[in-house]
Amino acid sequence: MLGRVSTVRRNNVNLSGPADGRPLVFAHGFGCDQNMWRDVVPAFEADHRIVLFDHVGAGKSDLSAYDPVRYGSLGGYTDDVVELTRELGLTGAVFVGHSVSAMIGALAVAQAPELFDGLVMVGPSPRYIDGDGYTGGFSQADIDELLLSLDSNYLGWSAAMAPAIMGNPGRPELGEELTNSFCRTDPAIASQFARVTFLSDNRDDLAKVGVPTLILQCSEDLIAPDVVGEYVHHAIPGSEFVRLDATGHCPNLSAPAETAAAIGAFLAGHGW
Amino acid sequence: MTAAGADWADLYQHAPCGLISTGPGGRIATVNDTFLDWTGHRREDLAGARFTTVVTTGDRIYFQTHVVPLLRMQGSVREIAITLVCPDGRRLSALLNASMAEGAPDGVARIAVFPAGDRRAYERELLAARRRAEDSDARASQLARTLQASLLPPALPEIAGLELAAVYRPAGRGDEVGGDFYDAFESAPGDWTVILGDVCGKGAAAAAITSLVRHTTRAIAARARDPRTILTALNRVVLGEQSRTQALCFSTLACVRIVTAPPSRPGAAPRISVGLAGHPFPYLVRDGSAPAPVGRRGTLLGVAAAPWLRAVPVALDPGDALVLYTDGVTEARNGHDFWGEKRLEDLLTTLRGQDAATIAQGITDAVLGFQHGNASDDIAIVVLRRP
Repeated sequence: MLGRVSTVRRNNVNLSGPADGRPLVFAHGFGCDQNMWRDVVPAFEADHRIVLFDHVGAGKSDLSAYDPVRYGSLGGYTDDVVELTRELGLTGAVFVGHSVSAMIGALAVAQAPELFDGLVMVGPSPRYIDGDGYTGGFSQADIDELLLSLDSNYLGWSAAMAPAIMGNPGRPELGEELTNSFCRTDPAIASQFARVTFLSDNRDDLAKVGVPTLILQCSEDLIAPDVVGEYVHHAIPGSEFVRLDATGHCPNLSAPAETAAAIGAFLAGHGW
Repeated sequence: MTAAGADWADLYQHAPCGLISTGPGGRIATVNDTFLDWTGHRREDLAGARFTTVVTTGDRIYFQTHVVPLLRMQGSVREIAITLVCPDGRRLSALLNASMAEGAPDGVARIAVFPAGDRRAYERELLAARRRAEDSDARASQLARTLQASLLPPALPEIAGLELAAVYRPAGRGDEVGGDFYDAFESAPGDWTVILGDVCGKGAAAAAITSLVRHTTRAIAARARDPRTILTALNRVVLGEQSRTQALCFSTLACVRIVTAPPSRPGAAPRISVGLAGHPFPYLVRDGSAPAPVGRRGTLLGVAAAPWLRAVPVALDPGDALVLYTDGVTEARNGHDFWGEKRLEDLLTTLRGQDAATIAQGITDAVLGFQHGNASDDIAIVVLRRP
């Protein structure tokens, strides 16, 4: 059934910029939704076709399309990206993925190289958990704690909220009761997405990225520390590595100008 | 310090909540006495440390992925559950509110934390209770599906010279055992019994009666195959079960006997008789004429010691189909509107000439479509057709 649902509705796709511009597909990471890109996108809207979307389970995606089996691995999210890019008829797209979506982008460009010309990975990590001489920054116990944190913070979620969050067009936008809605999702979905995000190991997939790639590394990023960004840089042949002054894990929000400038320079360098 | 200033300072330091200001990078700039007293942290140790160092690692990830983006996007967050880690290893459950001024550099925020140990403990209990309830629901639903599957034949037999198709569709999400059932079996060479029924009620009690009716039919048919005899014997068994359990239970049943043509005369007409116990009339669907109800109305099983039950012969010519169904078909509801016999007859008219499986599926699709895919009652359909 999934294949028959329009990806535009399923993934709450929003398009802007000239239709004949080079497509930039922006993907949000674990936690929030496409709003994460709202301060970065304006820098590209004049010359590029902008594609924003919500992963299924996040933001205003179609929650009824959430299938625990399909989204039990990053593969399901990757399939969505490929389907969406195909359905929109995009070619030569540059995928810009934040956090876990940086890895989803790496998987997507390897799976459908004909659709993508470039990849921008913002705060990527192919493996969050330490082990076998690899430093990811976290232990299994840390991730278990995160799941507890998520549980504790979804008490405010109630079934009555779901229709509003799913973006029923008949309902007024974001009222007071929807505070925190950018980063709120069904608890069961959030918990599974957290597991998929933080327990995946995609180190072996990095070498399969065959397109020009930019890695944006933040300073003092607790989620994707320097050593991890450098690991990604070395594992993707020919990738470019830019360290941002921005601190934390969300430069798209905290330093949109610096983030946009780094992406812009990468695009210009390839004539995109 | 002025009196007002002293009041302000007292309110800040001894506010009934922990107050923390963070500077760029989320590093702690000032912290009030309440927070220090409460956690046991020393002011000099916290100065310049990231705020997230006073919470668990899990919370730290949650901050980066949820709280920081929210603060940036909406300027404030409320009621975030956190766990503070104290220098002596104690963990304190708390709720956090935070805000940042518009355009402030990343990490610059005002934070208030409230002790919430009792509330959080209670919430955890509620959450655990909900999990148990969800698990229990899932188990009940799994049990219902397994039980339901055991009440229907895993596959339909092949009857020489006839097509046989059946559909069963539980009501709603199928979380409960329904009362509809069917069965088809050969009780002697070339002598077949097909039943379709609807037991009153749902759940375990209905499942028990369904199982009883189904297995008793098989037992009776081993020695007597006439539908009237089978129905009469079943009525006695259902009545006996009622007096045993002191629970009211009854069942409708359509019972069809099919004696296929002998191997020496392949292609000859099968002999078919139909008996009904409180069951909707099956339809005979024949090319060139309107779908016609067949059979005689008989007494529901389990209501009378001397039921009125009859079996009538039905001639099935090549191309004819006999369609049996439960009331989940005709009583399918859309608002105040029932699907009804008229719609069924109209549909059967359009399905004339189709094979048995297509007819059964066509009825199912129409009934589900009428109810927008959410069946209010179980639907069971058996179609017998002579190709």
